[in-house]
Amino acid sequence: MAELSQPRDTGRLIGRVIVYGLLVLVCVYYLMPLFVMVTTSLKSLDEIRAGNLLSLPQDPNLDAWGKAWSSACTGIQCEGLAGFFWNSVSFVVPAVLISTLIGAVNGYVLTMWRFRGSDLLFGMLMIGCFIPFQVVLLPMARTLGAMGIANSTTGLVFVHVVYGLAFTTLFFRNYYVTIPDELVKAAKIDGAGFWLIFRRIILPLSAPIIVVSIIWQFTQVWNDFLFGVVFSSGDRQPITVALNNLVNTSTGVKEYNVDMAAAIIAALPTLFVYVVAGKYFVRGLTAGAVKG
Amino acid sequence: MGALSIRDVRKSYQGTEILKGINLEIEKGELLILVGPSGCGKSTLLSMIAGLDTVSSGEIRIGDRVVNNLSPKDRDIAMVFQSYALYPSMTVRENISFGLEIRKVGKAEQQKIVERVAHTLQIGHLLDRKPSQLSGGQRQRVAMGRAIARDPSLFLFDEPLSNLDAKLRVEMRVEIKQLHQRMGTTIVYVTHDQIEAMTLGDKIAVMKAGEVQQFGTPRQIYDNPANLFVAGFMGSPSMNFIPARVESVGGGYGVRLESGANSYVFPAVSANGKLKSWEGKEVVFGIRPEQITHRVESSLGAEHIQTASLPISLTEPTGPDTLVLVPVNGREVTCRVHPAHARAPGENMELMFDLSKAVFFDPASELRIA
Repeated sequence: MAELSQPRDTGRLIGRVIVYGLLVLVCVYYLMPLFVMVTTSLKSLDEIRAGNLLSLPQDPNLDAWGKAWSSACTGIQCEGLAGFFWNSVSFVVPAVLISTLIGAVNGYVLTMWRFRGSDLLFGMLMIGCFIPFQVVLLPMARTLGAMGIANSTTGLVFVHVVYGLAFTTLFFRNYYVTIPDELVKAAKIDGAGFWLIFRRIILPLSAPIIVVSIIWQFTQVWNDFLFGVVFSSGDRQPITVALNNLVNTSTGVKEYNVDMAAAIIAALPTLFVYVVAGKYFVRGLTAGAVKG
Repeated sequence: MGALSIRDVRKSYQGTEILKGINLEIEKGELLILVGPSGCGKSTLLSMIAGLDTVSSGEIRIGDRVVNNLSPKDRDIAMVFQSYALYPSMTVRENISFGLEIRKVGKAEQQKIVERVAHTLQIGHLLDRKPSQLSGGQRQRVAMGRAIARDPSLFLFDEPLSNLDAKLRVEMRVEIKQLHQRMGTTIVYVTHDQIEAMTLGDKIAVMKAGEVQQFGTPRQIYDNPANLFVAGFMGSPSMNFIPARVESVGGGYGVRLESGANSYVFPAVSANGKLKSWEGKEVVFGIRPEQITHRVESSLGAEHIQTASLPISLTEPTGPDTLVLVPVNGREVTCRVHPAHARAPGENMELMFDLSKAVFFDPASELRIA
């Protein structure tokens, strides 16, 4: 028997080797840019010019990081990314929280308090997911001007909330569809009203989808460049715009190590959110699939 | 003034009439069953009593108040749902006290009520658990506890047992009945299960296609069905419907039954006169399986007892009884026979028909003739 099963075992072993080999290859392929960025940011400029792109830094130091953070030139001023980093934080956090909250209320209304035409409304909201950024630029600029919040953090928050609503509503609506509406009926009979039911019954069930919404919105809003470059200016610009300016500043030598450090700094928050809440993201996206 | 009265209630949805003029009335402490096949409108009617659905026309009264325009919370009702609808994020204790808290019952009072309810339903040890940690039967109890805690004037049950397995369903059915007897509450109970309807109800409303087919006590419904649908829906195994011609017999009228070479005329003892105008025409002769049994000597002789020797085509032993199928007028007729007297398929068996509760229907309108 043992002899008989040998060819099968060998076959399986070869299969495993191929699978793992491929996985390692793909990993290396995807991690290579990160590796180059990190090592380059730790090298001195001389070493970069002389050495191999893939070699490890001989004398790792954080000089480039310090410079990228506080003294690199982004256009005419040379104060690093620090200010812009906090710019981004200051509009991303409210934009993410507000769009998530409104999305939750929208989803709640569209599933638990249906009204005539609510499905149509949902359908129209969904179109919002497919509207390209470029299309809304001009109308949005006029709107912001009319509202008197052009060129302000508030304006940028508004733009991102409006643009994000379609997505957050979709998330919450699809999640709430899986919650039996008998829950809401029971609460109504218990005497609870619209907001009380939302706060006490629905929100406590929403943790997975809130995480999904926050991760999605955070990455979208943080990484946005177009709205940032159009609807803000000067020292109020987000970090993505500042990063572009930093890399494109053409005075003096090209400091690859500073560029790399700056790029990593700009990407860190989204990475951080993924690492912290990533597993909830996958869980939340598939939450509706299993009956809870 | 009844505890609940429903007067000519109608409901239309997008042009189709779902409820076509419902009239029901029950007294305080009665248990009303709404029973019928799915889509008959029973759940819609319950929703309308609860205030979760609006009435197109007509009037619903709870006690002496017209509640048509009251929101659910002002109707003084509590409801137990098919899915139990326990709040997943709250413990059992919080589930039970949620409604009290909203109604601004004091903390100490809430505590007292929760303890009392938990004691009544024997769920004291579950109070600090979440619904997800409970079994189906326990969830069912908690859902009832939540309803009891509020001490409403009307309880609504929406197919509360249909998510339980067969054994638990019977246990909970008994518990609901005990609870109802002990607390004397007024209950409206929706089910599609005719056994639940018979065992639990003080009054039963049999519904079909948005209409009440018959409203009465379980006994009335079972013994005196108003039409073919009610007769067939209530009872398991269901009533035998045998197409038969009306003939005059011994000064009265009866139905002719044929099986193989044998032919009998059974007198319609229960309602002789009403068959007069049907002489020579075909009616549907209805007789329940338990009214066809093995021959019992002591019962013979009475006018309503007839016997016939019929060939058995199939037997179904259920344990307490054996169901015996015999062909009559081209139909398989089910008879309920004591297992000791049942014969094997292929043999002939002497069967005794008790005609005192036989019923007759108009085959066209399906209404009761006699």
